[in-house]
Amino acid sequence: MRFKIISLVAVAMLATACSSKPEQTATATTGGTAAPAPAAPAKPSGPVPGSAEDFIVNVGDRVFFGFDKFDLTPEATATLDRQAAWLKQYKAVTITIEGHADERGTREYNLALGERRANSVKNYLTALGVEAARVQTISYGKERPQVVGSNEAAWTQNRRGVTVIN
Amino acid sequence: MQANALFSTGGWRVVGRFIALVAVVLAAGFAAPARAELEIDITSGNPQPIPIAITNFAGDNPNATQIGQNIAGVISANLERSGLFRPLGPARFVQTPDSLKTGVRFADWRLIQAQGLVTGTVSQSPDGRTRIEFRLFDVTAGQQVTGLAYTVQADGWRRVAHIISDAIYKRVTGEEGYFDTRIVYIAESGPALQRVKQLAIMDQDGQNHRFLTDGRVLVLTPRFSPSTQEITYLSYFNNRPRVYLFNIDTGRQEVLGDFPGMTFAPRFSPDGNKVIMSLATSGNSDIYTLDLRTRRQTQLTNHPGIDTSPSFSPDGSRVVFESDRGGSQQLYTMNADGSDVKRITFGQGRYGTPVWSPRGDLIAFTRLAGDKFYIGVIRPDGTGERLLTEAYHVEGPTWAPNGRVLMFFKERPSGQAGKQRQAKLYSIDLTGFNERQVLTPTDASDPAWSPLIP
Repeated sequence: MRFKIISLVAVAMLATACSSKPEQTATATTGGTAAPAPAAPAKPSGPVPGSAEDFIVNVGDRVFFGFDKFDLTPEATATLDRQAAWLKQYKAVTITIEGHADERGTREYNLALGERRANSVKNYLTALGVEAARVQTISYGKERPQVVGSNEAAWTQNRRGVTVIN
Repeated sequence: MQANALFSTGGWRVVGRFIALVAVVLAAGFAAPARAELEIDITSGNPQPIPIAITNFAGDNPNATQIGQNIAGVISANLERSGLFRPLGPARFVQTPDSLKTGVRFADWRLIQAQGLVTGTVSQSPDGRTRIEFRLFDVTAGQQVTGLAYTVQADGWRRVAHIISDAIYKRVTGEEGYFDTRIVYIAESGPALQRVKQLAIMDQDGQNHRFLTDGRVLVLTPRFSPSTQEITYLSYFNNRPRVYLFNIDTGRQEVLGDFPGMTFAPRFSPDGNKVIMSLATSGNSDIYTLDLRTRRQTQLTNHPGIDTSPSFSPDGSRVVFESDRGGSQQLYTMNADGSDVKRITFGQGRYGTPVWSPRGDLIAFTRLAGDKFYIGVIRPDGTGERLLTEAYHVEGPTWAPNGRVLMFFKERPSGQAGKQRQAKLYSIDLTGFNERQVLTPTDASDPAWSPLIP
């Protein structure tokens, strides 16, 4: 598991090295609020770019994990690639990554597992160039489910890492 | 016939802040040690409960009479819940509390099949001090087997009832009792997605219940100190999950140690001088101790796997913990300095939440296998695994101080249409028999049983 993460991070670093996107810095804002919306002047409604709502709706705030797993799936890395790009655009934003587990585990193990998951997300984002100082992590174990239900559909949604805009 | 001599043993015991107990032994006058029949072997599978008559203690005034009834009720409920005694209905009693003062008619009590008989008196002096005497008789042998007297303030009667229950339990089973104890646990309320969790404490029979925190901060996994005056637990105060210490007397809360990440899974060492816990940093959890006097932090494990849920052996020499270093969550033991790590479980599924028995002979755990959770026990060398109970979800065993009874929590699955998840406390004998719900005002999880109250 550990080796998998390390190699994954290495790949991510290569990817960043190849594409340090200077064009994105132009839209960087200070202050986390109400940046001018260059991309969407035609749309009067919708999330304010750079806002938490923008992040949730247009980027995707969460990734999901397999049972008792903390490695990132291809779907998860695709989401995190978008998150990293967004975070590099809005450089004043700081985030807290929450790690969560489903109910099919013991409480203390799940706290440790949630912490692993939150750090999987953090490691990936920082490898893509998001400054570690902007990223906090917290594990909730199985204490904060997203979905009520004792079935695989609910558990799948509860095994998650959520990037929360501070 | 009942000219009992009074031998004073032991002195004052200070109990809590207001109650002082004087215990004296009420010995039978002519103690011809005939073979006592009033015995039960609690190591056998499912013993027949002993029929016992617990009479109201006779009071010397109306208030004392009421206290005498209350005491009999508490003793009766304690012994019944143990599964080892069958308190007989008072309607069949053949003597009144007052007539018992002049002597026990053993032949009559034998007629209603009582094997044990408990009698007592409550007398109050003008300054409010209350003297409570009790006697346990072996009806079959026709003799007194135990007698004790306590002097307390009037509101101390409940504790005396528990202490008497322990004395009866010990006399009949040969084991220490566990009735003069408390439970600290997590009281749960609110919908599943916004669960409110509070520290709560109560006597082992559910009385004297109170909440220790107000629910604004998420709290988990409380455990008693050996003195029973402090609790170590996990609090999300300021969204920083850390191990805390809670003083029950003062209400003071204090974060333990200065660690660079989440600390969790705390337990006291048997001497109460250390707390052992996990520290999670950068996705890895290892086990540490914090010396409460020197505040020195010591790392015991250093492994990329999850190492958590540590619990000391009662002599403090070994630690049992869970780790997924072998690929899945399993139990390991090690020396108290972290050396000599041995894996002790190899079964299918996963093993977690190990807790060393106060007797040292067994380790209780939660096991997940297939789609079920189990509470089980295993010897410290990894042999003799036994599963005691199973359900959709059972977790977190805690030992009664005599190592004969376990408490744990059980959750039922969440149904469709937002049907509320339910969590309750249960107790079960080490034999796997006598599983019972422990009543709590709200949903409940993470129970921790105190040692006998000093």
